[in-house]
Amino acid sequence: MKKHKEIFDQRVTEHCHRLSSQALNDLMSKGLEYQTARVPSKLTYSPLLCFSQYPGVNQLSSSLGGLNLQHSQQPESLRPVNLTHDRNILPVSSVPAPVPNLNSDLRKLNCSPDSFRCTLTNIPQTQALLNKAKLPLGLLLHPFRDLTQLPVITSSTIVRCRSCRTYINPFVSFIDQRRWKCNLCYRVNDVPEEFMYNPLTRSYGEPHKRPEVQNSTVEFIASSDYMLRPPQPAVYLFVLDVSHNAVEAGYLTIVCQSLLENLDKLPGDSRTRIGFITFDSTVQFYNLQEGLSQPQMLIVSDIDDIFLPTPDSLLVNLHESKELIKDLLNALPNMFTNTRETHSALGPALQAAFKLMSPTGGRISVFQTQLPSLGAGLLHSREDPNQRSSTKHLGPATDFYKKLALDCSGQQTAVDLFLLSSQYSDLASLACMSKYSAGCIYYYPSFHRSHNPAQAEKLQKDLKRYLTRKIGFEAVMRIRCTKGLSIHTFHGNFFVRSTDLLSLANVNPDAGFAVQMSIEESLTDTSLVCFQTALLYTSSKGERRIRVHTLCLPVVSSLSDVYAGADVQAVVCLLANMAVDRSVSSSLADARDALVNAVVDSLAAYMSTASNLQQSMLIAPNSLKLFPLYILALLKQKAFRTGTSTRLDDRVYAMCQMKSQPLVHLMKMIHPNLYRIDKLTDEVITIHVNDRVVPQPPLQKLTAEKLTREGAFLMDCGSIFYLWIGKNCDNNFIKDVLGYPNYASVPQKMTQLPEVDAPSSERTRSFISWLRDSRPLSPVLQVIKDENPAKTDFFQHLIEDRTEAAFSYYEFLLNIQQQICK
Amino acid sequence: MESVVFIFSLIDCCALIFLSVYFIITLSDLECDYINARSCCSKLNKWVVPEVIGHAVVTVLMLISLHWFIFLLNLPVATWNIYRYIMVPSGNMGVFDPTEIHNRGQLKSHMKEAMIKLGFHLLCFFMYLYSMILALIND
Repeated sequence: MKKHKEIFDQRVTEHCHRLSSQALNDLMSKGLEYQTARVPSKLTYSPLLCFSQYPGVNQLSSSLGGLNLQHSQQPESLRPVNLTHDRNILPVSSVPAPVPNLNSDLRKLNCSPDSFRCTLTNIPQTQALLNKAKLPLGLLLHPFRDLTQLPVITSSTIVRCRSCRTYINPFVSFIDQRRWKCNLCYRVNDVPEEFMYNPLTRSYGEPHKRPEVQNSTVEFIASSDYMLRPPQPAVYLFVLDVSHNAVEAGYLTIVCQSLLENLDKLPGDSRTRIGFITFDSTVQFYNLQEGLSQPQMLIVSDIDDIFLPTPDSLLVNLHESKELIKDLLNALPNMFTNTRETHSALGPALQAAFKLMSPTGGRISVFQTQLPSLGAGLLHSREDPNQRSSTKHLGPATDFYKKLALDCSGQQTAVDLFLLSSQYSDLASLACMSKYSAGCIYYYPSFHRSHNPAQAEKLQKDLKRYLTRKIGFEAVMRIRCTKGLSIHTFHGNFFVRSTDLLSLANVNPDAGFAVQMSIEESLTDTSLVCFQTALLYTSSKGERRIRVHTLCLPVVSSLSDVYAGADVQAVVCLLANMAVDRSVSSSLADARDALVNAVVDSLAAYMSTASNLQQSMLIAPNSLKLFPLYILALLKQKAFRTGTSTRLDDRVYAMCQMKSQPLVHLMKMIHPNLYRIDKLTDEVITIHVNDRVVPQPPLQKLTAEKLTREGAFLMDCGSIFYLWIGKNCDNNFIKDVLGYPNYASVPQKMTQLPEVDAPSSERTRSFISWLRDSRPLSPVLQVIKDENPAKTDFFQHLIEDRTEAAFSYYEFLLNIQQQICK
Repeated sequence: MESVVFIFSLIDCCALIFLSVYFIITLSDLECDYINARSCCSKLNKWVVPEVIGHAVVTVLMLISLHWFIFLLNLPVATWNIYRYIMVPSGNMGVFDPTEIHNRGQLKSHMKEAMIKLGFHLLCFFMYLYSMILALIND
C-alpha cells in the first residue's frame, strides 16, 4: 500500500534529458500522422498521435476561458415547460448530452460526454447554492470504454504537478513558456526541458502544442516507476458447475463451444495462461501439462480443507498446451451427463481458485446454476415464494463472499459471475464476490438450453463479447478534482483502498462508475473547475499504461444558471445508484420516497425562483422536463417496483446493473426507445452510413395509446429488442420483413429477421443493425405477438400507463404538483 | 466496599480511555494512508466486543452498588454500544467494514464517535476519582 503511494507521489525528476537523434528517429518512425485516422472500434491499441490545429493554450488561461456566455444556449435550457399541458416532451431522436457553457476552444478540447459526465454542467459556487438546487452533484464515468481514436504518448517523462500529482492536461495555463500552473491545486510547476521540444512539428519552445495538452483523453505508456512488480501475463481461470442441475440446464455445451471458437481471440500474448476447475460435491482439477497425451482429471474430495493437488500444470500456457485444452473442451460437456450429484460446493471451489491465482492474479469466471449447498459459503433459501412483493433480504446473508472478494482483490484477481439458475440462488450474497473484486455479473433467469432458446442465444452472444473484449489487469484508478471539491461516495464494482484510490483487479470496457461530490470550500475565486480520472493498468500484452480523462466545467453563482446546466440523464442515473444504496441500508420504501422527493424538491425550488408562475401548473425548466418521466420509469423498474410480484434474484440483479452499467446503457434500461417500424419506407429522415440508408423514425412515447393494431413497433431496451406486431398489421409488412404470409403463421419464438429482397425488409434490417452496431453487447431480438409470454415484459416497459399498483404518467405529475403545493 | 467499587471502576475507565485513544489513532492512520482499510478494520473489530463488555460491566456495577446518577449517565452510552454491535447487517465484516468505511463519510462519523466517547470517559474518570477519594476518606 505504502509503495503505491511512493510511486504516485514520486517527484518528477528535474534533470534535463537531451533526446539523441536516434531516439528522435525512433519516435518519428512510430507512425505519427497529421490527420486523425478512423480505426475500427475493436482495435484500440492504435499508436497514432492525433493532431488538430488549435490556437495556443496560452490564451486560454482560466481567467479568460470561463464564462463566455453563449446567449443562444442559456435561455433555451431554462425555457419553462408546462408539464401538465405539454404532452409531447420526448425529443424526436435520442436525448443529447448538454454541452457545458464554455467558449468554443475549450469546448472542442473538453472530454467526450460518453467517457465523463457531470450531473450539473454548471457547478454551483457554494455548498449552500447546491443545497438550494436540491439536485445531487456527481460524476458518471466510463473510463475504459472502447475508443476509436486514442492518442498514445510514449514520452520518457510524464509531466505531473509536483504537489497534487495531476497529469498535464489541456486546461492548464502556461506562464511564460517555461512554467505551468496546475488547474487543480494552482501550484506553479516547471516545464521539463524535454517537454519543450515537440517531435511532431519539430519545433522548440511550444509546449502547448504537445499532444498531452491538445487532447483531454490520452493514454501514456508508463515507465517502471509505475509498476510494483513486472507486468503480469493474462491469466484466465474458468470455474464450472457440473452438478445434476447444471447438466440438465445444458449450459456446458454453449460455454465449451464458445471457448473453442474464441480461444485464439482471448486478449493476451505468448505468456497467456488458462486453467479449468469443475465442481459439484467435490472439486475437480485438470492437469494440462504439455506433453501429456490427454487431459488428466484430479479430484479433491476434502472440501473442508481444500488444497491444490499439483503445484503447477493446472494453469498452463495457452499456446503450448492448446491441443490438450481443445481436447478437454470437446470432452467436458459429455463427461458429466450421468451425474447424480445434486450438491454444489461453490465456496471450496472458489477457495481453490484463489489459491491457484494468488501468485499471478488474473480473471476467474464462475458459472453457477443453483444455491451453493456444501462446504464453506453455503447459503440457505431466504426467499418466501408467497411473499414475492416483500423487499427484505436485499443484502448479503454472509460475509464469506465479501472476504473472498477482498482477498482476491489484494492478489489482483477479479471474479466474474455467470448465474444460470432457474430457482432462487441468493444473488444478493453471491454478487459480493464480483462487486468488491471489480468483476462483472451476468444473470440468466430460467436458463435452459432447449426450453428457453432466447436465454441460450443471449449467453452465446454475451460470452463472445466477454471473451474477446479488451481487458486491463492489476489496475488502480484515481479521481482528482479542483481544490474545493471533494468526493465522498463511490458507486461501482471496485474496492476503495483509500480516500480516493480505487483498486480494480480487472478493468473492462463495459463497466461504468459513479461518484458523489460535495463542495467543501466555496469556489468564488475560480471560474472553471476541472476533474481528472487517471486509470493505471496493465494491458493484456504486458504493457503498463495510464489512461487519463480530463473534464472542465464552468462555475456559476445563480440558481437559475444551475438549473440551466442540469443534465437530466446523469442526475437520474446518480439517483438510481443512491436509491440502490438506500434500499440495501435502510429499506426499499425509503428509497422510493427519496426518489419522489428528489423530483418534488427540485421542481419546487425551481418554481420558487421563477416567481411569475401560477401555482396550479407544474412547470419545469427545459433541461429538467424529462425528470418526472425518468423517475416514474425508475419507480417502475424491476429494482424498485412494489406491488408487482418480482423474484428476489431479478430485483437484486437489476440493482447490480444500476450500479455497474455505464450511463448510455442504463438509460436504455430505464426508459427504452420505442419506434414504429412498419412504415420505414415512407420515413423522410434518413442518414447514410457506409453506403447504407438508415431510416431514423421518431421516438414514441412509452404508452399503449401509441400502439395501434395496424402497426409494428420496435422497443430498444439496451440488451434486448422487442418487435411487437399488431393483430391487423399490414400483410405486406409481415410477408416482406418477417417472411411469413400472414399474422397467424408467425411463430411464437422468432428471433431472427430473414433476408428478403424487398425495400421494407432492407430498411428494417439496416435500421436494426445500425442500432446493434452502436453498442458493444449484441442484443437479442424477440418477435412478440399477442399470446407470447414475453408480452408481459414488453408491456411492463410502457411506463406511462397506469397499472394496478402504480400511477400513470399524468397521475404522477398531479401527485408531484400536489406535494409541491402542500 | 464503596472504595473497592470505585477503584475497580476507575481502572475500567482508564482501560476504556486507552481504547478510545487507540481507536482514534487507528482511524486517523487510515485517513492519512499509513495503513490500509483491511488491516485497520480487523484491528478495530477485535476491540469492539471488549469495549462493549468493559462499559457494560461498569454500568452494571453502578447499578448494583446503587449509585443511580452515575448509572443513568452510563446507560445511554452502554445501550448505544450494544445497539451498534447488534445492528451490523449480515453481510458486513463487523462494525468496521473495510468496503464501506470510505463510503458516505463513515470514516468521519466513526472518528467523531470515538472522540465523543473519549471525552465522556475522561469526564467519568474524574467523577470516579472524586467518588473514590470521598469513599476512601469516609472509610
